[in-house]
Amino acid sequence: MSGHASYEFKNPVVRWIEERLPIFSTIRAQAVDFPTPRNLNYWWTFGGIAATMLVVQILTGIVLVMHYTPHVSMAFDSVEHIMRDVNYGWLLRWLHANGASFFFIAVYIHIFRGLYYGSYKAPREVLWMIGVLIFIAMMATAFMGYVLPWGQMSYWGAVVITNLFSAFPIIGETIVQWLWGGFSVGNPTLQRFFSLHYLLPFVLAALVFLHIWALHVVGNNNPDGIDVKSEEDTLPFHPYYTMKDLYAILVFFLVYLGFVFYSPWYLGHSINFAPANPLSTPAHIVPEWYFLPQYAMLRAIPDKLGGVLVMFSSLIILLFLPWLDTSKVRSNRYRPLGKIFFWLFVITCLTLGIAGSQPAEGAWLTVARIATAFYFAYFLVILPLLGKIERPKPMPASITEAVLSRH
Amino acid sequence: MSTTTAQDVSRRDFLYIATGTVGAVGTALALWPFIDQMNPDASVLALASTEFDLAPLQEGQGVTIKWRGKPVFIRHRTEEEIKKAKETPLAELKDPIARNANLPPDAPATDENRVKDGTGKVNEKYLVQIGICTHLGCVPLGDAGDYQGWFCPCHGSHYDEAGRIRKGPAPRNLDIPPYKYISDTKIVIG
Ligand code: HEM
Ligand code: FES
Repeated sequence: MSGHASYEFKNPVVRWIEERLPIFSTIRAQAVDFPTPRNLNYWWTFGGIAATMLVVQILTGIVLVMHYTPHVSMAFDSVEHIMRDVNYGWLLRWLHANGASFFFIAVYIHIFRGLYYGSYKAPREVLWMIGVLIFIAMMATAFMGYVLPWGQMSYWGAVVITNLFSAFPIIGETIVQWLWGGFSVGNPTLQRFFSLHYLLPFVLAALVFLHIWALHVVGNNNPDGIDVKSEEDTLPFHPYYTMKDLYAILVFFLVYLGFVFYSPWYLGHSINFAPANPLSTPAHIVPEWYFLPQYAMLRAIPDKLGGVLVMFSSLIILLFLPWLDTSKVRSNRYRPLGKIFFWLFVITCLTLGIAGSQPAEGAWLTVARIATAFYFAYFLVILPLLGKIERPKPMPASITEAVLSRH
Repeated sequence: MSTTTAQDVSRRDFLYIATGTVGAVGTALALWPFIDQMNPDASVLALASTEFDLAPLQEGQGVTIKWRGKPVFIRHRTEEEIKKAKETPLAELKDPIARNANLPPDAPATDENRVKDGTGKVNEKYLVQIGICTHLGCVPLGDAGDYQGWFCPCHGSHYDEAGRIRKGPAPRNLDIPPYKYISDTKIVIG
């Protein structure tokens, strides 16, 4: 945003505080009057939806902790106690468990929105990179949260994921024992995961603050991917986008609460209703749906260390995207080839998700390998080349012109 | 005058750098307790050994016991299993190392080396191994897989009659824990 608008407040108390901490003018400038492109579509509401889900997770989490016990001999029973004895405990737990899934749905859509409309390109590189860090921190949080109910899938998920670090030569074993605080996943592991599961969402909240700060320095991208040129191109954030966001949040909640009330365990695994047993592994262990694409890439590589490196690279590579995409045009609306490859990339990610849910053998293994290759090719080959060979469509002169030409 | 100033400047630079260094080194050292507290603690290390009586185990029977929170497979192998394990040429093994904590780290994965205890005693009948898949840590199933040994359902690793990896993503044979016979039918693990 350019220039500090100076506001005059009538209320003397507000004025007194404002002179010492300019919080009221900041809120006015950033959350009310903030100039926002007039052409944002509903894909732009998923940021607000994701932020709302973070708040839901923190609120339900804090009250769950009032009844939960982080000890291997009591964790499972304390979650059952929440489900059966605590007033509305079942509701709070299902809100939290499904909340994690819907948080990921919102964030995944938010990320693909950024990919389609080129929101990662200059000058929004830092904004994008903070987003990638949020995504990684979220994955760590959800992984550790899933361990807390101490069911069979909680336990064996923790075993398999922590063992990924044993792939590193020489120091691998030491790292894993350090993560466990023992010679296997046990009570020390559960307690530290609990501690970090409480901490990380607040780190996330801080990252979200930085994310929004960076957004408010450079302003929103928009579906046409062209810069705001005059005031005519914008609308004040409130009420235009507060209401649009709120409407989207309400519709999103309709679906989220539909799951909570009518099918609360649809996205989970029933084996997690059996208490953790360190002596017996369930026949088919799979992570929660939101980790399936990464899990598929891990298993697609026949080498243990190779699989781990490929899986972590699939996240790290996102940090470099602003420099890998060489096209000057942001929005795929004006990129005939970019658009095709974007949708192929979406299909690839969905395919990886399906492959991750299947046993890693036969045809699915081949599919996972091809999809993994395409995933990396999209970033390392296709996007760098496309910018050089593609002929973009003619762009409108301004956002206003783009909007009016469509009506 | 100018020399004095130069001296003052270098004196100040020294003080700044020295203070900064002490601060940085001190912070780095103070970090260590925060990291090391996560390592296995004294009570975990204390639980380090377990005794087991082999006598009640029938031929063809296996049990799983817990040692250091990990499953340990103890199997009374049949004549046929022993014979097959001994006949397997080393060249056919994916991992040619014994992985026996009681032997030097480069001991070859012969059947004999898989059943040797810490005192060099060999008892072919009893196979003692840590029941953790060397891929990502699941517990393999007994009497299963393509080699009449163990099969890990997580990502499909097959182990043979001597717990050696034959097929699948696991990189190493099942580990043999440190153990020794304290009588003909009793072992102590750890
Ligand atoms: C980024 C936000 C968060 C995510 C993605 C998340 C995710 C999860 C997940 C997936 C579970 C397992 C749910 C189940 O299967 O029952 C869980 C459990 C739990 N979480 Fe969180 N969580 C978040 C924030 C928090 C916060 C802020 C707290 C505490 C202040 C918290 C406390 C708990 C507790 C006590 C449990 C165990 C009870 C249960 O299983 O329902 N969570 N979390
Ligand atoms: S953990 Fe056994 S095959 Fe992966």
